[in-house]
Amino acid sequence: MSPRNRAIVLGLGLLLLAAVPPFASLFNQPFYLDLVRRIMIFAIAAASLNLILGYGGMVSFGHAAYLGIGGYAVGVLAHYGVYDGLLQWALAIGTSALVALVIGAVSIRTSGVYFIMITLAFTQMLYYLGISIEEFGGDDGMRLAAKSRLPGIDLNDASAFYYLVLAALVLVLFFGHRLVNSRFGMVIRAAKSNETRTRAIGVSPYLYRLAAFVIAGAVCGLAGALLVNHTAYLTPEFMNWTRSGELMFMVILGGMGSVAGPVLGAFALLVLEDLLSGWTQHWQIILGPLLVLSVVFFRRGLAGLIREKND
Amino acid sequence: MRLEIAGGLERFEGPGRGTIRAPFFLPPLNLILVLEQTLNGLQLGVMLFLMAAGLTLVFGIMNLVNLAHGSFYMVGAYLATYFYATTGSYLLGVLLGLAGTLAVGVAVELVALRTLYERDHLDQVLATFGLILFFNELAAMLWGRAALYTNIPEYLSGHVDLLPGLRYPLYRLVIIAVGLAVAGLLWFVVARTRLGMLIRAGASNRAMVAALGINIRFLYTLVFGFGAALAGLAGLMAGPIYAVQPGMGELILIEVFVVIVIGGIGSIRGALAGALIVGMVDTLGRAFLKPTLATVISPTAADAAGPALASMLIYLLMAAVLALRPQGLFPARL
Amino acid sequence: MTSSILEVRGLTKSFGALRASDGIDLEVREGETHAVIGPNGAGKTTLIGQLAGEIRSDRGEVRFAGEDITALPAPARSRKGLARSFQITSIYPDFSTLENVMLAVQAHAGHSFRFWRAAREQTALRAPARAILEELGLGGRAGVQASNLAHGEQRRLEIAMALAVRPRLMLLDEPVAGMGAEETRRMIAFLSTLKGGKTIILVEHDMDAVFSLADRVSVLVYGRIIATGTPQEIRANPEVRRAYLGEEGPA
Repeated sequence: MSPRNRAIVLGLGLLLLAAVPPFASLFNQPFYLDLVRRIMIFAIAAASLNLILGYGGMVSFGHAAYLGIGGYAVGVLAHYGVYDGLLQWALAIGTSALVALVIGAVSIRTSGVYFIMITLAFTQMLYYLGISIEEFGGDDGMRLAAKSRLPGIDLNDASAFYYLVLAALVLVLFFGHRLVNSRFGMVIRAAKSNETRTRAIGVSPYLYRLAAFVIAGAVCGLAGALLVNHTAYLTPEFMNWTRSGELMFMVILGGMGSVAGPVLGAFALLVLEDLLSGWTQHWQIILGPLLVLSVVFFRRGLAGLIREKND
Repeated sequence: MRLEIAGGLERFEGPGRGTIRAPFFLPPLNLILVLEQTLNGLQLGVMLFLMAAGLTLVFGIMNLVNLAHGSFYMVGAYLATYFYATTGSYLLGVLLGLAGTLAVGVAVELVALRTLYERDHLDQVLATFGLILFFNELAAMLWGRAALYTNIPEYLSGHVDLLPGLRYPLYRLVIIAVGLAVAGLLWFVVARTRLGMLIRAGASNRAMVAALGINIRFLYTLVFGFGAALAGLAGLMAGPIYAVQPGMGELILIEVFVVIVIGGIGSIRGALAGALIVGMVDTLGRAFLKPTLATVISPTAADAAGPALASMLIYLLMAAVLALRPQGLFPARL
Repeated sequence: MTSSILEVRGLTKSFGALRASDGIDLEVREGETHAVIGPNGAGKTTLIGQLAGEIRSDRGEVRFAGEDITALPAPARSRKGLARSFQITSIYPDFSTLENVMLAVQAHAGHSFRFWRAAREQTALRAPARAILEELGLGGRAGVQASNLAHGEQRRLEIAMALAVRPRLMLLDEPVAGMGAEETRRMIAFLSTLKGGKTIILVEHDMDAVFSLADRVSVLVYGRIIATGTPQEIRANPEVRRAYLGEEGPA
């Protein structure tokens, strides 16, 4: 797709997203505002995973951990009476980055199957940790004491919160775009494309991958902070390993190797889940095989489809 | 929904439900309790081995990452429970459960997994993830989401006096025995038979084995089915001890991953070593960490930190092994 | 008396029961083109891998420009001035030809922890990369995706990437492998323009390339160097003839 066409498509997408709140209130369907806002938050999380999975080739099966860490940072502070949103969210991002640094430092020395299993195991460890802390509700979780207080925006205003999330998504995509095309991004992508060649020209991928891992974790932590404010409920289920699988699917379905792909993937997966769960409570028995089929037949993802049609 | 490890099928003695209350651990050392938990660790280790062996065989030979391995564990548990309940015979339940799991494994391999052998690991992970959702929901549809509790037959219940003062549940001893027997059988098959030779050859050079005229597809199906049966065996043995419910497979699967990382992927020896280590560390950690902590920090702090730390123990161990020896303890020689 | 830029002593590497390198001693002078030849399975690519740092030797020592680099991994050796081309083409298939070379240029332009400016547009990377492509006759193919290049063009891209890191020593593993006669001729002509300025270790089967390029030749058989000398000396060496032709008699 030529840059001009791509800009047009992105612009349209942005317009559509921005139009949701007024249309939702026009037709008195706040549900859709809620749904799209939730999808956008997951899109941010999926976009962060795209950096390391789509561009970096690092199959991290533990990315949902950072949703949990971000969420818990906000939730725990609120539990103890600290409602300052800037402080909470800074802590959410910072803690996620720190945990990503530690997990990444150990995990990135491995690759392939080991890396998948290790990232999964570490996430499960954090999940168990979350469950075992009775103070914060154990495996039932707890209600968010109060939403984050941000200067100039009331998160209790559904519309205002919506636009905040939209702005965050746009910023994440914009910075992501610059990042993957920078020298740093090129190294990450080169290491995925041909690691031996990358070492042969004098680059050791480890530190770059670790940095990417930390950045991805931090951005996902932000998504976690947004998510807990959205759900108004804090639960270890944020970190459930099946959530990690969902994030991966969003990246794949959307098409790896494109910055905006995860947004499409998030929409596709979550809308599908929403539709299916409306039909039957056993929707996973349909979703499961659908996912299998999508992997077997549908490699390039939705963004790939669009690209092909318009070239 | 955690993997609960009961202190014994019946309460051994002492107050409370499953946890050990501090400060029993102060001198004199309760040797009996340590021995009992060691045996429990061995029992968990043996079950982890059954799962790990199947998973590592499939990966070593077919280069396939199968996340749905835990689903076979669950299928084994459910089928055995179901057949025991409908036929009234435990043995029949076991046999039909094993056969059923084998059949399910073969069916999955034929229908869903054939296309994945050539794909990269990411695709395999995602596709088998879809399978997990399918199986969990299927189990929920057939038997509901609530946990089922199975009985053990008369002749397997009861205790054995291993030492004066140490009464250990017979059923758990049987599990240990079965697990060790399977380990021995596996070693024999892989190291000493023609089939084992084929398996080892297939692991190091698939194309060559195929070129020699061996029906590689049949070999793969066989290996996969066998791996599924092993998982099913672990599941049906686990049924009476842990709860049988949708999602039970994934909880143990993640521990199996830890086993494989520690032991080294692609090796049966590694699977056994890793499984025993993880089984021991996890069981002994959960039993004794809190009381041990309570001797150095306050009981209330130990109460809060103990279980959390205990559940993290095997992952911390995994991290330590990774830091020192990233390829595991016994990498890649079947 | 030119100095040695590379000194190899006792380099040994076994893969299980197979002794791929069996105590290799080698000395390469600065500015020379030194060919390594030998029958198939002699261990030539393993040797290149050990010199490049990709394969860890069991025993032995490698000194580069007087410095002991035995313990250094491949990326570090590359930064010290060693470049390598691969026998089996190893380029970035999903990047364009120009981007392939730009990546190599970037790798030697300090660290890459730069997160904002688009790398593709940076003249500091584009200009040198373009220049190198021109030298190798790939200027017209700059925008083509590397996987779409013809085989011979990909081999030239390998050389381009090796040049882009501004090496003092180039390890070329069968650079003309799979090339047609005309392309081989042109590559040999190009490599001879590098002679003197860069030190080249050349692993080759193509004897035309060896005899027209090499100042000295070492013969590797079953992991050991059995002879080193000028091409004429090697041609006449009876042990070498035996190794290539077997016991059956004269050429």
